[in-house]
Amino acid sequence: MHPAPSVIVFTTLSGLGFGLLFWLGVGLPAPTGWAGFGFFIMAFALSVGGLLASTFHLGRPERAWRALTQWQSSWLSREGICAVACLLVMGLYAVGLVLFGVRLTVLGYIGAMLALGTVFTTSMIYAQLKTVPRWNTPLTSALFLSLSLAGGGLLSGNQELAVFLLLVAAAVQIAWWMLGDTAFSNGRTNLATATGLGETGRVRAFEPPHTGTNYLLKEFVHEVGRKHALKLRGIAIAAGFVLPVVLLLPGSLWLIVPAVLFHLGGVAASRWLFFAEAEHVVGLYYGKREA
Amino acid sequence: MTQLPESTQKKLGLVIDLDTCVGCHACVVSCKGWNTENYGAPLSDQNPYGADPVGTFLNRVHSYEVQPEAGPAQLIHFPKSCLHCEDAPCVTVCPTGASYKRVEDGIVLVNEDHCIGCGLCAWACPYGARELDAAEGVMKKCTLCVDRIYNENLPEEDREPSCVRTCPAGARHFGDLADPDSDVSQLVAERGGMDLMPEQDTKPVNKYLPPRPKDRIAEPEFDALAPYLKPVAEEPKGFVSWLDKMLEKV
Repeated sequence: MHPAPSVIVFTTLSGLGFGLLFWLGVGLPAPTGWAGFGFFIMAFALSVGGLLASTFHLGRPERAWRALTQWQSSWLSREGICAVACLLVMGLYAVGLVLFGVRLTVLGYIGAMLALGTVFTTSMIYAQLKTVPRWNTPLTSALFLSLSLAGGGLLSGNQELAVFLLLVAAAVQIAWWMLGDTAFSNGRTNLATATGLGETGRVRAFEPPHTGTNYLLKEFVHEVGRKHALKLRGIAIAAGFVLPVVLLLPGSLWLIVPAVLFHLGGVAASRWLFFAEAEHVVGLYYGKREA
Repeated sequence: MTQLPESTQKKLGLVIDLDTCVGCHACVVSCKGWNTENYGAPLSDQNPYGADPVGTFLNRVHSYEVQPEAGPAQLIHFPKSCLHCEDAPCVTVCPTGASYKRVEDGIVLVNEDHCIGCGLCAWACPYGARELDAAEGVMKKCTLCVDRIYNENLPEEDREPSCVRTCPAGARHFGDLADPDSDVSQLVAERGGMDLMPEQDTKPVNKYLPPRPKDRIAEPEFDALAPYLKPVAEEPKGFVSWLDKMLEKV
């Protein structure tokens, strides 16, 4: 799949932002006054900034509000609704803490659930797609949720919790890669089923429909960067998980800043690979993906 | 509304005969021609006269080589457009309600005034039947020429999809696949019409007719001309014989 920068920025930043909103919502921590202002501004900047970035890849961003209407069938619509609801609820919760020093506990828990719901619905946009075997697994949701909770735990300054969550997220990430590498070849879709010609003989793509490229090839048959995939996986694990854990161990609050920056870079690398390595079955029609 | 209808009154669709298609791409051209100036936004081209032309098409013809267990390889031309699936995954993923499947005839359409161009429907389609138009920013797909098939301003013989009307080989058929007595349903039953990627559970309405088994030219047991074609010179003589011997020694 084509790794669109706007979608990578969106899922990376908003994942972190909603993760932070979750921990603020459950009261870990529940900062008041200026400290609270700082925490909530950071959380809203990340989540809203991510949501805004996501509209850049739309063909018609001015109609984006329509995406809130089809929650009965569409995970993308549910994501939009969860995100808007979460921001509204957490906005009220933030007003209580920052301006009045009052923690509206129930509202916070509702907001925290909506934050998790937003990350989960985001993950389901990808996990639901049978056309991309690498994504079509419940582990995709586990990956998004664990990354978001770990990043949020890191940003919220819950050091011991963050170390634990980072290790969990790293394990899920590695498991997701291992499962994903064989997902396409273990799947039931191949050129024989795609053309229905498997019973006649062995099928080979002989001539594409045209000599140039097209939307489908550009969007779904992205193959750049696979050579560097292993290196990038190493970078993602080292920067995203190992370095932040090492930086957190001394227990210094100041070291959280570089830890967060490394983590952000690592997650961005992982998210780039998430798209760049994903194989869409339509590539079969163009003679790609053959094992 | 992007929830799929429980059932549709008709299942209008295409039956494509892979035995008959000659791969001339006339359906591709007529589709582009009709659909760029009728229903919805035009099918734009980017840099059409430049070095790297790209454009939106609703129908494309691939060609595949099929090598049977025995005998020569076959070349199969393979037109591909929207299959108007009964369980269309492109419809249910749409966040805006722009994509829908019609209850009356099962045609899958895009309301281009509501489409935000997020592209998720194209991601969900295993067949590559949807293309985002780069100029208009909305999703384009086969409409089964909904603006032809019911159009009383056209002569009756033209009230079928442009690709079907154009095909010079008669490889494309249009009709109601919900009606077991329709020409297309009978063709599917007779020729063993098949679904593409049945394992994706999309239940495509369009069917493909597999190529018929090819005739095998058997080796003749006795060839009347063979005795006359036997080599005359069994052993080389003279210079050729000498050269042959010398080369053997080298």
